[in-house]
Amino acid sequence: MREVAVIGIGITKFGELWDSSFREMGIMAGLAALADAKVSSEEVDAMYVGNMSAGRYIEQEHVAALIADYSGLARDHIPATRVEAAGASGGLAIRQAYLAIASGMHDMVVVGGAEKMTDVGDMESNAIQSSAADQQWESVFGATSPSLHAMIARRHMFQYGTTREQIAQVAVKNHLHGSFNPNAQFQREIDLKTVLRSPPVADPLGLFDCAPNSDGAAAVVLCSLDKARRYAEAPIKILASAQASDTLALHSRADICTFEATRFAARNAYKQANIGPQDIQLAEVHDNFTISEILAIEDLGFFEKGKGGKAVEDGLTKLGGQIAVNTSGGLKARGDPIGATGVAQIVELVTQLRNQAGKRQVPNAKYALAQNVGGTGATAIVHILGVA
Amino acid sequence: MTTARFWRDNATRYNLMATRCGSCGKVTFPPRHVCPICHRRSMGKMEKFRLSGKGEVYSFTLVHEAPAAFELQKPYIVAMIKMDEGVMMTAQLSDCEYAEVKIGMRVKATLRKIGEEGAGGVIHYGYKFVPE
Repeated sequence: MREVAVIGIGITKFGELWDSSFREMGIMAGLAALADAKVSSEEVDAMYVGNMSAGRYIEQEHVAALIADYSGLARDHIPATRVEAAGASGGLAIRQAYLAIASGMHDMVVVGGAEKMTDVGDMESNAIQSSAADQQWESVFGATSPSLHAMIARRHMFQYGTTREQIAQVAVKNHLHGSFNPNAQFQREIDLKTVLRSPPVADPLGLFDCAPNSDGAAAVVLCSLDKARRYAEAPIKILASAQASDTLALHSRADICTFEATRFAARNAYKQANIGPQDIQLAEVHDNFTISEILAIEDLGFFEKGKGGKAVEDGLTKLGGQIAVNTSGGLKARGDPIGATGVAQIVELVTQLRNQAGKRQVPNAKYALAQNVGGTGATAIVHILGVA
Repeated sequence: MTTARFWRDNATRYNLMATRCGSCGKVTFPPRHVCPICHRRSMGKMEKFRLSGKGEVYSFTLVHEAPAAFELQKPYIVAMIKMDEGVMMTAQLSDCEYAEVKIGMRVKATLRKIGEEGAGGVIHYGYKFVPE
């Protein structure tokens, strides 16, 4: 297995981008990543595109060929592959590129992630997102993505005494972090009352417990580490790439307060990187709902099971805290264009490890982790990055 | 959803059919061809049987934002029910007030309309749960 580095990153603003089409966003992010890497298109061996549901959001399938084409790569005939794992599509696309390089098959791979969500209404978007759950045995009875996470929240409160306020604090923190990120969808701080008084979505979760519908794209350029030094003085190394799965339906699990897929992927990732959770200084985790971040920081080993809510309340996951979680603003404030999210997480980690994160910079960051989740934890991807 | 896509699961949805592994005894719902514990050893030994329909609320929520198919029902209660046989399922709770619902509350399955294909389309039936 060869070592793999990230040598370029690119991202669009996230938000309601009425003027931008899916392909425009994808290309802008991809070209920005290539420019950042100082790599020309001819040097690219392959492309992976993370995308959950372009077929339903913009009635366009076959999006990897589309993005390769409009990136000007059609004449180069490079292999272009779309990768789908619901919310984990972007992280999985990164992992596919990582595997292709680590195996020796390719040297230079571009990974894009994109979703155009605002061309459909909120109700349709809810239905599309809920298709990450088990259609025949969950969604058909009226279970939605927010409602499944609401049942996790209820159970976490019941089993561990986690409070509604602690859960809401995740949104307060992530909006604070988002206020330091010029690409974030929401750059305004909010207070606890705003979260608690927001319109109900699925009790106990309200609107401000949910990541928004977003348009956006992100891209990275991956390269074998030996070759990376030709392009970058300080390439960022991928120290670990791990993936795990679990039952598709939440109700098939013995315990819904733990995402075993996250635990398995994290355990493998720590082993690969030869470090432990205590070595990680910053993490981008999958806060598609506030409760998801509490599960994540527990399942990744940053805090004991059941203590995640308290840790958030005590400010331990804020910038300047014990571990900075979601410095980008997370899915909640940066925005969650589904297929782009897992790639955007890596963009944030690289920005931090390069010491280019401005007001949200975590000082002297050496190890950073990204956790990307599909559905209610049926897929989890964990990457650990470090300064090479 | 086309009619066929729905009715092929009717037997399971109407009768709460589950499977029990003939090798280890683990119960699965909906019915499975392979036991997640015994894998190949369970092939051909998965026995179908009917659940009692009784269980308790494991977790629950009140859904306010729903896809179009459920627009007229909202807000509605969705719960995860732990059946007496040990399996869990997701369904709506009916015939009770949201404020009365508690984790551990005893419930039983009942056959109800769970959806329809537009105003003139086929009506879908399936299980909902009501207080026991």
